[in-house]
Parts: sequence; structure tokens; C-alpha cells
Amino acid sequence: MRFVRRHLLTAYAMLAFAYLLVPIAVVIAFSFNNPAGRYNYTWKGFTLDHWRNWDGVPGLREAMTLSLEIALIASIVATVLGTLIALALVRYGFRGRGGTNLLIFVPMATPEVVLAASLLTLFLNVSLFQLGFTTILIAHVMFCISYVVVTVKARLIGFDRSLEEAAMDLGANELTTFTKVTLPLIAPAILAGALLSFALSVDDFVVTYFNAGSRVTFPIFVWGAAQRGVPPQVNVMGTVIFVVALSLMVVNVLYQRRREGQPA
Amino acid sequence: MSFFHRHRGLTPYMLLFPGLLWLAIFFLVPLGFLGYQSLQSGTFDVGYAFDWAWGNYWDALQRYHAWLFRSLLYAGLATLLALVISYPLAYWIAFRGGRWKNLLLVLIIAPFFVTYLIRTLAWETILADQGPVVGLLRDVGVLGDNGRLLATSTAVVAGITYNFLPFMALPLYVALEGIDERLIEAAEDLYASRVQAFLRVTLPLSMPGVVAGTLLTFIPATGDFINAQLLGTPNQAMIGNVIQSKFFNLLDYPGAAALSFALMAAVLILIAVYARAIGTEKLTG
Repeated sequence: MRFVRRHLLTAYAMLAFAYLLVPIAVVIAFSFNNPAGRYNYTWKGFTLDHWRNWDGVPGLREAMTLSLEIALIASIVATVLGTLIALALVRYGFRGRGGTNLLIFVPMATPEVVLAASLLTLFLNVSLFQLGFTTILIAHVMFCISYVVVTVKARLIGFDRSLEEAAMDLGANELTTFTKVTLPLIAPAILAGALLSFALSVDDFVVTYFNAGSRVTFPIFVWGAAQRGVPPQVNVMGTVIFVVALSLMVVNVLYQRRREGQPA
Repeated sequence: MSFFHRHRGLTPYMLLFPGLLWLAIFFLVPLGFLGYQSLQSGTFDVGYAFDWAWGNYWDALQRYHAWLFRSLLYAGLATLLALVISYPLAYWIAFRGGRWKNLLLVLIIAPFFVTYLIRTLAWETILADQGPVVGLLRDVGVLGDNGRLLATSTAVVAGITYNFLPFMALPLYVALEGIDERLIEAAEDLYASRVQAFLRVTLPLSMPGVVAGTLLTFIPATGDFINAQLLGTPNQAMIGNVIQSKFFNLLDYPGAAALSFALMAAVLILIAVYARAIGTEKLTG
């Protein structure tokens, strides 16, 4: 009986993994499909054409470039702002901590369409802002900050402060201690926060769609293409993004495992 | 540095200032504008003016309560399905994963590495009328000969479940992973059956994960309009679809703003009720 239950659970877990991974396999497989018409829904035959001709769809390259530009700038800004907040929250006692935590938490707990709609009403009512590159960037930084704070904070809490005290005892001032001891130690968390922001930014559709004006990011391009039939090149891009993100994640996991495997 | 030494108490505020200012201007202030916009009246051509038009809320609820209800229903169903699918999975990884735990976790969040819209379109392919799933279900008679999956509520709920599943699975895993296995062994030593040990020890200890996962799945799911748009028809439209169309097709900004506020209020009320029922004080972690 125990044997059965043990394997029942394993079988269930395998099914659940299949459920999670089959759609990804479909995305990758259909980047190699050779569809007859403009609808890439049924498997017709294998071809490498779309990979060779990845740039063959008008607008796709521009959309991808815009997405990457926005993601790069947004993740850098959000990472700096979020790391500073995390440092303040973990390192210092100050009045207003509860309110700060709330202000960090609530954007993550708000339905995205509400974030999108409220930013749009700001931009519609205040003529200072023209919908476009800047407004997309502003929005992306906004929703990334909270995730950076959470990521970096988790690392700072487990931080051994005696290392900093040792540096100070050896005559380092606060700035030197921070740049030579603290920063290198929390760098992996900062990098994780930056990567997460980058991923959130490249993937975001709802907030971007509401606040992009006439600019087209990669997800907005896909949305438009979905109305008229998605070219296989979109699957090529999706596959590339997937492989890059997965590789970074696996490298991160293996790197952490090595660090943890070493004697302290 | 001497400035910092003289004003040590200021340091945290200086660290907080730029980030919180950004959140204040681009998160809090816009919520104010959303409220401001929701109380305006007029038309797009003439222009909208603020005049405490509470009627917008009344109109929104009267005309769109079905959409609001449908959003909460679909999101609730998807949350429940995600819980049922991912609890055993998280359990299996936490207790049987061994040294592969972290890599198995990567597999759980792997769907997030595929662009949201593209992975939803993959479900369009999977559930298509010519696709394998519909074929199988027709053969075994679950679906009629002309039965469809695409363009049904089932497809929309399935899409939402899939898209938000990692939000459920990760907190569940964190909670289960943190359970001291000796507690379960102790329960079994004290003659609890495996089922009893699970119900009396493992499940209660994993409740923080269940609560966090439920909220993280339910909240974003209520506002989703991508699944309903790509996998459903106007009959499956959710509140997000209405808000989207009011902003971009009907140009009814006050109506859209009122609906957005109504959605947020509905979600907050449900969370409050849920928090009371569960009795978890540390809802924000």
C-alpha cells in the first residue's frame, strides 16, 4: 500500500510537470513548423526557414529592440532604487517602516489592469507626459521596484554582519566597508533582482499596452499578430527568450549549489 | 562622509527617498487620478469634467456586474485548480526532490520564461478544434462530435490556471520545504496513520503557503483579459476586457476608471473576508 501511494504521488507529480512543460514544447516545436496558410496551428512539416529568416516579418525586429531597450534601462533604475530601499529596511530602524512595507507590497497585490488603468489616467490628465517610450519606462520601473526590494531584502536578512564589523575593526571606513565587503556579498541578490526586473519588463503586456501610445513592444506585437494569425517567427523569438532565461536560471542554481557545497 | 556621521538618523530616509518617491508619484498618485477620472462626466468629444459623478459607479455595477462576477468566478476556479495541481507537486519536490530540488523548481517556473502571450497562444494550439485534446475527448465521448474546447469557459479557466500556476506552486513549496520532517515522524511514532499525520501536521504547517499562493494567484487572475480574449469569445469576457475596451474602443474613460476601482474594491473585500476566515495575521509576509 505504501509502495502504491509513493508511486501514485510520483506519477501525479510527473503528470503535473508534463502539464507545465507541454505548452513550452508546443511553442518550440511550432517555431520549426511549415504552415500552409497564415495560421500556425496545425503541424505541417519541419523547416528551419523561420530560424534563418527570423527577421522576415515587418515590425518584429523593431518591437524586440524596443522591448530590450526598455527592459535594460528599467531593470537598472529599478535595481538601484529597490536595493537602496532594501538596505534601509534591513539595516536601519526608522519611523514609517510599516507604511514603507505597505507601499512596497500593495503594487504587487494590485491586479495589473488596475495599475495600468491608473497610470493611464495620470498620463491622460497631466499633459506633461506624452504616451510613448518614457511612459512605458516609468511604468516598468514602478512595477519592478517591489520585486527588487523583496529579492535583495531576503539576502540581506541572512547576512553575517560580523564580516562588516571585522572590516571596520581593521580600520576600513563605512564607505570602504560597503564597497569592499557588503556590496560583493549581496551582489548575487542584486543581480537576481536585476534579472527578475528584466524578465518582468520584457514579458509585460497589460501595463505596457495601456501606456504605450503608438509604440510597439514585443508583447504588443504578438497581441496584434494574434488577431491576424501569428507568424512562426514569433515562436522563434519566444524560444530564444525561453532558452536564454532558462540558461541564466540554471547557471544561477548551479552556482548557488556550488557555493553552498563549499565548507564555510 | 562627515555629513552622514552628523546626521545618522537621516541615512535610512535618504536611501528610501528616490524609490519611494517613484512609487508615490507613479503608483499612489495615479490611484488618485483613477478616482478623479471615475467621478467625471461628459463625452470624449466634448471633454470630461470632474463633478462628483457617483452615477458612474452605479452604471458600472448595474451594467457590468455579470462581468465582475464572472471574473471573480473564473479567478476563483483557476485558483482552486492551481492549488489542486500544485500542492502534490510542491509536496513531492519538497520531500522527494533530494539534491535536485532547485532544478525541479526551475521546471516549475519554466512557463514564466515563455512570453505570457506566446504561452497563451500555445494553449490556443493545444485546444484547437483539429488538435489532439479535442480529438481525444470527442473519441471517448466527453465532447460531442462537434464539441469544442476553444471559445468556451473551460478554455479560459484552463489558460488562467496555467498562466498563474507558478505563483501558487512556489509559496506552497517554500512552506512545505520548511517543515521539519521529524515532526511528521513523531506523529507517526505516536500511531497517527499517514493520512492523519498529513491532516494534523503537514497540512496545518503548510497553511501559510496555501494562503500566500491563493492570494498571489487569485489577485492577478481577476484582472486578466488576455486569456478571455485569446481563448474565449465575448461570452467569456471578463472585467479586464470591459475596462480595456472602454479605454481604447469606447473612449469612456470615467466608466473604465469606475470599473477599475470597483474591481480593486471587490478584490480587497474578498481578501479581507478570506483573511478573517483563515485567521492569518501576517498576510503581507
